Amino acid sequence: MEKFEVLQSTAVPLPIENIDTDQIIPARFLKATSREGFGENLFRDWRFDNAGQPKADFVMNTGRYSGKILVAGKNFGCGSSREHAAWAIYDAGFKVVISSFFADIFKGNALNNGLLPLQVSDEVLARLLAQIEQDPQTTLVVNLVNQELEVPVWEEKISFEIDAYKKECLINGYDDIDFLVNQKEAIEQYESNRPWAY
Amino acid sequence: MAKTLLDKIWDAHVVKSIPGGLDVFYIDRHLIHEVTSPQAFDEIEARGLPLFRKEQIVATADHNVPTKNQHLPIQEPLSRFQVDKLTENCAKHNIELYGLGHEKQGIVHVMGPELGITQPGMTIVCGDSHTSTHGAFGAIAFGIGTSQVAQVMASQCLLLSKPKSMRITVDGDVRPGVTAKDIILYVISKLGTGGATGYFVEYAGSAFRNLSMEGRMTVCNMSIEMGARGGMIAPDQTTFDYLNGREFAPKGERWDQAVAYWSTLFTEEGAAFDKELTFDAADIAPMITFGTNPGMGMAIDALIPTEVPVSEQASYSKSLQYMGFQPGESLLGKEIQYVFIGSCTNSRIEDLRQVARFVQGKKKAPHVEAIIVPGSKQVEKQAIEEGIDKVLAEAGFELREPGCSACLAMNEDKIPAGAYCVSTSNRNFEGRQGPGSRTLLASPLVAAITAVEGKIVDITQYLN
Repeated sequence: MEKFEVLQSTAVPLPIENIDTDQIIPARFLKATSREGFGENLFRDWRFDNAGQPKADFVMNTGRYSGKILVAGKNFGCGSSREHAAWAIYDAGFKVVISSFFADIFKGNALNNGLLPLQVSDEVLARLLAQIEQDPQTTLVVNLVNQELEVPVWEEKISFEIDAYKKECLINGYDDIDFLVNQKEAIEQYESNRPWAY
Repeated sequence: MAKTLLDKIWDAHVVKSIPGGLDVFYIDRHLIHEVTSPQAFDEIEARGLPLFRKEQIVATADHNVPTKNQHLPIQEPLSRFQVDKLTENCAKHNIELYGLGHEKQGIVHVMGPELGITQPGMTIVCGDSHTSTHGAFGAIAFGIGTSQVAQVMASQCLLLSKPKSMRITVDGDVRPGVTAKDIILYVISKLGTGGATGYFVEYAGSAFRNLSMEGRMTVCNMSIEMGARGGMIAPDQTTFDYLNGREFAPKGERWDQAVAYWSTLFTEEGAAFDKELTFDAADIAPMITFGTNPGMGMAIDALIPTEVPVSEQASYSKSLQYMGFQPGESLLGKEIQYVFIGSCTNSRIEDLRQVARFVQGKKKAPHVEAIIVPGSKQVEKQAIEEGIDKVLAEAGFELREPGCSACLAMNEDKIPAGAYCVSTSNRNFEGRQGPGSRTLLASPLVAAITAVEGKIVDITQYLN
């Protein structure tokens, strides 16, 4: 997993609530057996028409916005457990998703892939979306080490929460699998001492 | 301190707690399928890790399989490759696979319970969000991402923080025509699509207690549609009667020991939940959804709501525009082109029986295409034994072969753009059943009546 400490970037606003994983990556694109290449179908049916032509009014096609940060409406990533959603966002070049609420499984999947789900309040989210829409050149600084989202144009630093273990993983590029495999002895001991086993 | 059902099962599966509040959490059963497992196999192979407990993994092919001519090679090359990859991976790692054509094949959440793989008190995971289904047996069951699939393959454990607990109590008798699906669609309409995010839900009260295991599975299945990673119902005599004699259920003396243990799995008097909600069963009507998330549901004869919070207005308008509906409008009389009866929510034998009972001696409306996809080979076999296949055929319904089918439209079973489909599945997201498709979620009973009438009707007048 790639390491993450500080990211400075402009952002892409997507002010829609309850964006589900079927919008992020429709099921018909889940047939690949590798992790690569899902980015080209990110937001497929919002981004492209039936003939595969870009829809001019979609936020990723207008040419107005760019950057490695996606700022999206409340309850981002609801629906299916497909990790392909996190892969698609990452593969399309985003390193951070900012929203005021994330669905559980998506959040875990993002963290397992070095994609930071950054939760802010509804109020901050509304201000951020308005700011970016008004000035697409607005730069945001995501400082994971200090757990701060800096908006230089506001002269404001907004702190955010993240699980301490997950933060360490992101900063160092570690993942759970190494940790768990190292617990083998404890796991075997647990298995041999269970009062009821299946 | 009094413990909840969740506490009891959770605590029994903690290998160790690590500083910062995470638990190394043990998994009893791991179900895998063709779509979310290939990258996990690649990952453990790339790291040179062996499968830690392969005998605790069961595989099936369901998401991406055709529902016609399953005896022939899969036509679509990418789908065939993905299903072949599962077969190859299972053979290489010596994992039990109920693949396409196998007598035990089926939708993973139909297959596990009907074979007795799913048991009370277990922890069960699968790379699929509807793994919450198995909670109907009083198990901790939840969907995981592919990185976690690899973690379980490598260690039989996950690193998790214990979820918050919510109890949803529905007491009283339901009205005629109200099924398990209506109860859960009602609850989701009250909580919204993110209302239970971060929680595990325990369903309590007589409305759930009176349901069959099939009905309880329908309820727990849709827990994720309000954001809850899992839902559960304490095991009772209904659970034990369902499991007794199933292939992988304990037998003989072991069965008695199991029932004795399972009987301890309930929430103790006075145990505290992080959140408690109570509804009255008598308030629940046959339900239907009108929007593009499962929280956008209402009584079938109600009017589409006009009042929504300011912050949600843009998303709400976008949703209704996609569906071609207006705020304040009734759905009664709306013409429907497709009816889909299937998915891990409603494709069990009880669902098929209910449809057959209603359509017996009737015909579907000529303009409607009505497809029924059984949840498994076992369900299909039983339907044929009971003559349900003939009843459906005479009514003009097409009985297909098992799989996830038009619930997520990964295979060729798709609803065309702009068409309306009354579906017994679990998600009405934009394009879920095919690009541009418009889904209205409902119970198998509502779906059957809609197919016959060709339009949305107030079902209460059909119930005598």
